[in-house]
Amino acid sequence: MDAGAPIIELKNIVKRFGSVEALTGVSMTVRKGEVLGLLGDNGAGKSTLVKTLAGVHNPTSGEVWVRGQLCRPWTPLAARNAGIETVFQDRALAPQHSIVTNIFMGREITNAFGFVDTRRQIAESNRLMREIGFTSKVFSPESVVGNLSGGERQGVAIARALYNKAEVIVLDEPTTALSLTETQKVFRFVEAVKASGRTVIFIGHNIYHVYDIADRFFVIDRGREAFEGPKSAFTGADHLIHMMHQLAETGRADVQSLKQTA
Amino acid sequence: MTETSQATAIIDNRREQSRIRRFYAVNGRAVNSFVAFICVWLFFASQNWMLFLNPGFYGSYLYSIPPSIIMVTALVFVITAGEIDLSFPAVIGAGGGTFMWLMIWGMPLVPAALVTLLIGAVLGLGIGAIVVYGKISSLVATLGLSFFIIGIVNFLAQGKNLELREAVGTWGNTLFVGKWTIFGTQVPNHFILSLIWVALMYFLFRYHRFGIRVQMVGDNPNSARQMGINVERIRVGVFVLSAVAAALCGVILVQTANMVWFPLSGKAYLLPVLAAIFVGGTPVWGGVGTVIGAFFGALTIGLIPSGAVGAGFAGYWTEFIFGIVIIVTMVVHRFSGGRVS
Repeated sequence: MDAGAPIIELKNIVKRFGSVEALTGVSMTVRKGEVLGLLGDNGAGKSTLVKTLAGVHNPTSGEVWVRGQLCRPWTPLAARNAGIETVFQDRALAPQHSIVTNIFMGREITNAFGFVDTRRQIAESNRLMREIGFTSKVFSPESVVGNLSGGERQGVAIARALYNKAEVIVLDEPTTALSLTETQKVFRFVEAVKASGRTVIFIGHNIYHVYDIADRFFVIDRGREAFEGPKSAFTGADHLIHMMHQLAETGRADVQSLKQTA
Repeated sequence: MTETSQATAIIDNRREQSRIRRFYAVNGRAVNSFVAFICVWLFFASQNWMLFLNPGFYGSYLYSIPPSIIMVTALVFVITAGEIDLSFPAVIGAGGGTFMWLMIWGMPLVPAALVTLLIGAVLGLGIGAIVVYGKISSLVATLGLSFFIIGIVNFLAQGKNLELREAVGTWGNTLFVGKWTIFGTQVPNHFILSLIWVALMYFLFRYHRFGIRVQMVGDNPNSARQMGINVERIRVGVFVLSAVAAALCGVILVQTANMVWFPLSGKAYLLPVLAAIFVGGTPVWGGVGTVIGAFFGALTIGLIPSGAVGAGFAGYWTEFIFGIVIIVTMVVHRFSGGRVS
């Protein structure tokens, strides 16, 4: 597939929870090899959109296309099989279990009878953990996740997303609650993934973080798409922040008029 | 050195540092259950060494313990998945009854036993589906289903016992409850069967995809779902396993009672079996559990009635000792650590 070709297309996604409409017809295209920054205020529908990308939410209406193919039914398993791995905001870990067990959660390496190949899983975990520079004398792949720090848990979730060479990696608030050095690690990881020709969708609260890392931005507001455009549309992170403010106040985003004031 | 062997070398080094501590970190709950069993045995044995060191004393123990062992090790999956199954005594009754009716209708013993297990699985599928897809608390749902199932069985049997004396001593019956004398103890076949069952459950729980996923679902169902595990199917699966185990217990109980069945035959197992799971080191909060620990839990709880009498306590002390053992082992299991999150 060419760089820049659409890899995921969400078409007119509506998601209702009872009478609440969290997404009111969002269309979004994710292109191969890009870092897409997904922004939005609290309650804008960001996490609903992420969970839709991950297959956790099946849209009420609308279609999910991956590599030009309509995906139905859209489940977490379907998303993972389509090569979309998500690092969830809550890390989606089993805290009472080992790093290995967590890395292979839902995707165990087994023989024909379903018995787990423990040795290979440990070797693969070691390889993955070294690949992302996630090593320590203090823990081994058999360490219990519940005893790890927040950054280390993030490392486990990222290692899991890397196994199987996923083409799209969704990072939901990956820098929240991380230290400065840990945040730097996440950034370097995103750069490395991008350099390998893969796609990253980066969701963040901290607009500076998202601005630094992303090539293109997708902003949602009150369940609908408010802005979509490349980094070149902005003069700087402050410009983007101005737009977000304007959006929150007026419900409209006008990038051009802000250019002069920014 | 290749990448993989390097990786293994790193792990091996770490292991070398404290092998015992590592073993305890993974198997602590099972080890504590074993220690609890040894302590209870020592306490009884110290009252009457002559009796407790005589292998002949354990014949009736080995004859009566297998249903508990089978049931407890299967329920480890249910508790680990974060559910509970109170319907198993009813399914034991239903399983034994099915087994008897099939034989009374002329089916040979071994096929009747296999068909009973199959019917147990179907029953478990129904129980699991009601709990999981009906989105009812398993505590309440299985409590209700327990009455419901035993009610149907009672109605079908018109509240009467069933007997089939002519099946006693047939080769199929011998296959189940025949005895071997090993080191002066009478070891019945169904005890050996229960050991095979424990091995099966151990590997299923610890090394099979199903067992691993049961632990994932119990630890964090949302994570499991987000990682593509079919949480509902796993939850139904544990109820199927529990019901198959209960049906097997029904088949064994009928035969250890000389082919006599009564509808409430499973009822006596409810509390001892539940106690044995927790004495065996599986915590109530789900996500982790131990089959080997549960095995020792069943051995411990099963030893108390005959052990107390053998040690010279009057029969009415049994409940008191049950209570002491349960409380003390719960305290001991605190040393395996609480829940990490």
